[in-house]
Amino acid sequence: MFYDVIIVGGGLAGMRAAIAAHDAGVKVGLVSKIHPVRSHSGAAQGGVNAALGNHPDGHDDTPERHAYDTIKGSDFLADQDAVDLMANMAPEIIIEFEHWGCPFSRYEDGSIAQRPFGGAGFPRTCYGADRTGLYMLHTCYEQVVKRNIDVLYEHFVTRLAVKNGRCTGVIALNLHTGEFESIAGNAVIFATGGSGRVYSINTTNAHASTGLGLAIPYWAGVALKDMEFIQFHPTGLEGSSILMTEGCRGEGGYLLNNRGERFMKNYVSEKIMELAPRDIVARSIQTEINEGRGFEDSFVHLDLRHLGEQKIKEKLPGIREICLKFKNIDPIKTPIPIHPANHYTMGGIDCDINGETSLEGFYAAGECACVSVHGANRLGGNSLLDTIVFGTQTGRYVAGKVKGMSQTVDTDALNDGLAIEKDRYGKLQSSEGKANPYDIRNDLSKVMNEKIGIFRNETDMKAAVNEIKMLKIKFENLRPIPDTGKFNYDFLWVTEIAGNLDTALAIATGALNRSESRGAHYRIDFNKRLDDEWLKHTLHTYHPSDPEITYKPVTMGKYEPEERKY
Amino acid sequence: MPTFKVFRYDPGKNDLPYFQDYEVPDHKGMTVLEALYYILENLDPTLAFRSSCRMGVCGSCAMHIDGQYGLACETQVASLGNTITIRPLAHMKVIRDMVVDLDPFFAQYEAIKPYLIPKNAPGPREYAQTPRERKKLDILVDCILCAACYGSCPVVGTDEKYLGPHALLKALRFIDDSRDGNTNERLAFVANDSGIFRCHTIFNCQQVCPKDLDPTGAIGKLKMKSFWAKLTGKLKKSG
Repeated sequence: MFYDVIIVGGGLAGMRAAIAAHDAGVKVGLVSKIHPVRSHSGAAQGGVNAALGNHPDGHDDTPERHAYDTIKGSDFLADQDAVDLMANMAPEIIIEFEHWGCPFSRYEDGSIAQRPFGGAGFPRTCYGADRTGLYMLHTCYEQVVKRNIDVLYEHFVTRLAVKNGRCTGVIALNLHTGEFESIAGNAVIFATGGSGRVYSINTTNAHASTGLGLAIPYWAGVALKDMEFIQFHPTGLEGSSILMTEGCRGEGGYLLNNRGERFMKNYVSEKIMELAPRDIVARSIQTEINEGRGFEDSFVHLDLRHLGEQKIKEKLPGIREICLKFKNIDPIKTPIPIHPANHYTMGGIDCDINGETSLEGFYAAGECACVSVHGANRLGGNSLLDTIVFGTQTGRYVAGKVKGMSQTVDTDALNDGLAIEKDRYGKLQSSEGKANPYDIRNDLSKVMNEKIGIFRNETDMKAAVNEIKMLKIKFENLRPIPDTGKFNYDFLWVTEIAGNLDTALAIATGALNRSESRGAHYRIDFNKRLDDEWLKHTLHTYHPSDPEITYKPVTMGKYEPEERKY
Repeated sequence: MPTFKVFRYDPGKNDLPYFQDYEVPDHKGMTVLEALYYILENLDPTLAFRSSCRMGVCGSCAMHIDGQYGLACETQVASLGNTITIRPLAHMKVIRDMVVDLDPFFAQYEAIKPYLIPKNAPGPREYAQTPRERKKLDILVDCILCAACYGSCPVVGTDEKYLGPHALLKALRFIDDSRDGNTNERLAFVANDSGIFRCHTIFNCQQVCPKDLDPTGAIGKLKMKSFWAKLTGKLKKSG
């Protein structure tokens, strides 16, 4: 099997890259471990940012202002050239989705509706009720169908084929047949999404959103970047941590502690309140809980009751549906119990504005990539935008790179890769250990939530690094996996857990090294941002024992770092 | 502690499907999907079932749960009895356990041209669509393609040419979109005995849809629209 461009991951970034590369005239293969419409882009709720200026209070909005808000939101760790590109491309790329039929909500004049979101100077978040991601994902898949792009779904990529410093394809387990396959290509784009399942007991992310998409290139020598910056969404549904969109607060919802007080006034200006950026709101909620002003020492209330039945049903129907089905409460009548939950991986595969990495022929886009446009804290509404902007940008760029390249299949690296994966599969089957892989996953997520969470300190993080290393040793002695042939989910999840372990170690070491507080990385032992020393990106390079940590400068631009006040 | 009677079948290895019992310790708020994960992770790593978002939006985990098609992730264990029977979706080939071959399902979806064919060439701004026009799409665009309707439909089970409730609902989604300009072609494609006239109006799809959509109603609407189009001479051929 040969493709000019292999894209791994069928969410918004992957599909948008596939469309861009296909439209540029190259042969594209879209490979995904789940069907594209199952991707977690579809779970995005609140919306996508673009300075369209449609909102009555947003006529003066501009891409420049969008860029500034994003950079300030990032606590100045974002690369400003990348942010400029994203903010500038945003309007045209949203309009393109609309032209493809995306069912955005509307204003009376027929234009796309927008709502206020955290950290934004104007209401610029375009939305389709509270199912924006679902609508965009399905619209994008419709365009993939229209173009008849090859989709290899339920193909589980486990390894890159690399020869002489060049990526020549991927090795994937075809879940339908139970056979490993090699797929050759002149370029590989990873668009594997987030890795929230590293924190599996408290994340908004899907089961499929593991650390493996980062670990595969990391194991192959590609550096990860800024992994210590993990976003905790302020409002995960108590217990299951299912996402309760920022749109709840964008539409006017309140956060209340056990005294019935809108406590955000104690943390930010009364003008901003619940619509501060996520890192700040998550810390505020956690502080309320820690200081005894939560409920049952574990949650606060997200109160929508004052919005009224009509607005809730019209603007937040999905939130109401989730509350009814998963919590048996109706937000029209009852406040929603929420707590912060792991949500977004700001860091990722180190790449530039075109998705290019240090490994020739290997690219990244979307949440698994770190360009970086989100820096130390992503603004709500910028993740869907990141996927489609950098999906497009990377798809076009890569198509240009591979056009005219000879289509010779390098069988050596592919055959070697196949042999290694088959061998690993066999070894897992004949393993004589006792450890249950899922206990290791649970223990790992406990360590991550408790020690690399919202509030961090050196003692905890040192302990976390050691505990992750112990779990890695335990993982070497697993109970055998079964040989089920087709759809061997135990093998799949065990492989995902291997990815989680090394991704976790990258996060923990990056966090331990960074002795300052910036964005989502907040240390109680170093609670100030220290630009002189730390205005730089972390690079994590894989070594079996300790990741190697180095740094590289942030691309600055118009905006000098300033104190981040809201 | 409820007992899960779970459908097991590997066509390559087993002559016939069988049910296997698993006892799963339950807790408040536990979903059927969580119970299946408990089985996979603690009792039997050979079990095969699809899942991803666990919040009712990705459509992976539709199956037959104690007599009703639905999403495992949205179904509370406490809402069911002490013995809970789990089977795969019907009318599709079983690949292994709860994993069925969805290729025919997606082929029918693709057959209706599930993408906007715009009425007007795009300009620099969005196509204008009023809230009223957009509202017509409200319960059409929420389909997650989980195939619960498909599994529940007896016509799907007896006529492989039938387009199915999911594809017909999707056809109406584009016909009812003020931006789409392909109404008559779309109607011609569905107004025949492999399409809307094959539906026996049994309402199973409406009853089981986890998103409370109404494929039966959509098919009814398509019938009225094609009837009107035929009367006014817009529908030349009915296939």
